[in-house]
Amino acid sequence: MSNELDQSRRDLLKQIGAAVSLAGMGQALLPAQEVQHVHQALAQDKAVQKGKYQPKALTAHEYATLQRLSDLIIPADEHSKGALEAGAADFIDFLCAASDEMKEIYTGGLAWIDDESRRRYEGADFVTSKPEQQTELLDVIAWRKNESPALNPGIQFFAWARRMVADAYYTSPIGIKDIGFMGNGAMAEFKVPQEAVEYALKRSPFA
Amino acid sequence: MLQISRSPRVFDVVVVGSGAGGGTAVKILTEKGYNVALLEAGPMLNPVTDFQEHVMPYQVDHRGAGPHAESYFGRSQKAFGYFSAPNGNWTLPGEPYTVAPGSQFTWFRSRILGGRTNHYGRISLRFSDYDFRPEDGLSDNWPVTYDEISPWYDKAEGFIGVTGTKEGMRTAPDGNFLPPIAPRVHETLIQKSCAKLNIPCIPSRMAMLTKPLNGRAACHYCGQCGRGCRTASAFTSSQAMIFPAMKTGKLTIITGAMARELVTDSSGKVTAVSYVDKASRSEKQVRCKAVVVAASACESARLLLNSKSPRFPNGIANSSGVIGKNLTDSVGYGVSGYVPAMANLPRHNSDGIGGMHVYVPWWLYGDKQKDFPRGYHIEIGGGFGMPGLGAFAGQCARHEGYGKALKDKIREEYGAMVSFAGRGEMLPNKESYCDIDPSKVDAWGIPVLRFHFAWGDSEYKQVRHMEQTFASIIETMGGTVIGTQPQPEKAISMGGFIIHEAGTVKMGSDPKTSALNQYNQAHDVKNLFVCDAAPFVNQPDKNVTLSIVAFSWRASEYLAEEMRKGNV
Repeated sequence: MSNELDQSRRDLLKQIGAAVSLAGMGQALLPAQEVQHVHQALAQDKAVQKGKYQPKALTAHEYATLQRLSDLIIPADEHSKGALEAGAADFIDFLCAASDEMKEIYTGGLAWIDDESRRRYEGADFVTSKPEQQTELLDVIAWRKNESPALNPGIQFFAWARRMVADAYYTSPIGIKDIGFMGNGAMAEFKVPQEAVEYALKRSPFA
Repeated sequence: MLQISRSPRVFDVVVVGSGAGGGTAVKILTEKGYNVALLEAGPMLNPVTDFQEHVMPYQVDHRGAGPHAESYFGRSQKAFGYFSAPNGNWTLPGEPYTVAPGSQFTWFRSRILGGRTNHYGRISLRFSDYDFRPEDGLSDNWPVTYDEISPWYDKAEGFIGVTGTKEGMRTAPDGNFLPPIAPRVHETLIQKSCAKLNIPCIPSRMAMLTKPLNGRAACHYCGQCGRGCRTASAFTSSQAMIFPAMKTGKLTIITGAMARELVTDSSGKVTAVSYVDKASRSEKQVRCKAVVVAASACESARLLLNSKSPRFPNGIANSSGVIGKNLTDSVGYGVSGYVPAMANLPRHNSDGIGGMHVYVPWWLYGDKQKDFPRGYHIEIGGGFGMPGLGAFAGQCARHEGYGKALKDKIREEYGAMVSFAGRGEMLPNKESYCDIDPSKVDAWGIPVLRFHFAWGDSEYKQVRHMEQTFASIIETMGGTVIGTQPQPEKAISMGGFIIHEAGTVKMGSDPKTSALNQYNQAHDVKNLFVCDAAPFVNQPDKNVTLSIVAFSWRASEYLAEEMRKGNV
């Protein structure tokens, strides 16, 4: 997956977000147009990238929303790339194609997030809202303490998405490298590095 | 009426079931030169294609969720995950069972050559002297003492290969051990914590080869024993016992064969085993001079109870009426903890053998202060496991949120988590048994089992003690218990969940109160032997597999000798 193209898509989404709020136009119409614009941009992305994952179950918009969510849940940092680059949305879409029950969770959950975003942010659905609006919304639905009849569908969906993005990330080559799993080999003898034992003992009550 | 096809050949012995007990019988009897037919209800095992050793999750498109994401909805076809060795499950298509109103029980069945030994934990503990002669009088004496069975434990350990060290503890008798394996970082901390609390924490006793043994290669320390081991460095009856027996030319394996009934002649001797060939759904019979039933405790009881005739109206070998009674499972309870001393622990390969390198044997035998009889051992978990689906579901649920904070937390806690699982002795009780459900049959028309099960006060109190002990060990090492239970007894495992069923075809010296004698031989039917955990009078806090091998070995040598003498 190309970072440059993903970056350009993020920039595009940001621009769209800015355009929506600057335009201050009717809430129903503009986002729909902009969504269409995003769809086209995504389609162009795919056209130029051979071998790029093609969503099997989610629409291009749902897939883009899920990609954005995955990027927010496990972002790239100074250690490693994040869930976007690790293809977390691809894994989830793949399972949505394999299970109607799973697909329902994601189509329903992503639609709820878009609805909530439009309600809060002048008609902007999630991917077209500003990054600070996206995190503002996640700051609400990422915590059980905010449970309420109105928010529960979003909170429950986010728990699913967070868990599955983590699953996808930490079972990918990028995530396994990030976490530092060094096993799955064949050893003639089992040994524990002394520095690891000392690291733990020094920090323990047995120091 | 369908014609029943009878084997023209009369085998010396038919063995029903290919797990630890059946595999041992097959090994001994073929070595002694007897012709054996082995009935297995599942398919043949092919370790090359059936074992998913060394596969990384991303090498499978669904990464272990299952082709239809089953693991996310609690519907995995494999109870221990997609990558685990083929084994069985608590529910099997076409093979129902029922649970009486007011009871809770779940019944694991394995349907594959080798049975549960293909995946089991391989914890290999001898029962203690007091397990065979309970000094508290709360359960019956066995017809065998520790001193009598000890030489057979030596043989069993010498053959399957068990790690360990001599400790001289009455609660954990020493054996014929392979070298132990070094403790991992968390295990060193736990040993120090236990030492402060005066709790023993000793090298584990596991059936993995720390040295080559009997033609099997030494372990290569990938930690994936539960997936099945292509080098057979972790014990399975399929690879270590049955495959070698096939080379003797003395063994005939009949797979897909669901035993229905033991057929007897007018003298009451078993002359054949009647079974359903699952592939053709036809009834067949295999003739024999003797039979070893080792279908797993409850399945063996079911087969005997379903073998009714005018001579045996309550089921074969059941004049005592004990078959199905005395059902036990281990008491199970678990807790995990986070240990800050291991936060961001320097990364290294901690795979080792699949499972714990140290464990806590029962340490309070005879202690007057505890408020429950019998005891438990503690199994220990932790280390840098291969991340699989759900590996960090706990972190996601506990820390919530998202973004870099969550990513950092997961990195910090990887390798810093520990878990403790208690496996305790359940006292046999009158409410826990299985019988034949009068109104239900399986897909082949065989009447199914109905379970009745109740934990007693002893087990609930034991679980409270486990909770307090685990918390002390975690806190003494500076850790935090995760998910503390205000009422641990509510978190006791469901009956059957620990998959240690035992006791349903009890052995004893009195034919009025037991079905089998000290050689696992039916009091009522001299050519019928039961060689799984069904004969076990009680269920010590020491996993039953090693004892199944020892008792089956002893019974099989006895049977071979009795056949040689012409007594069977």
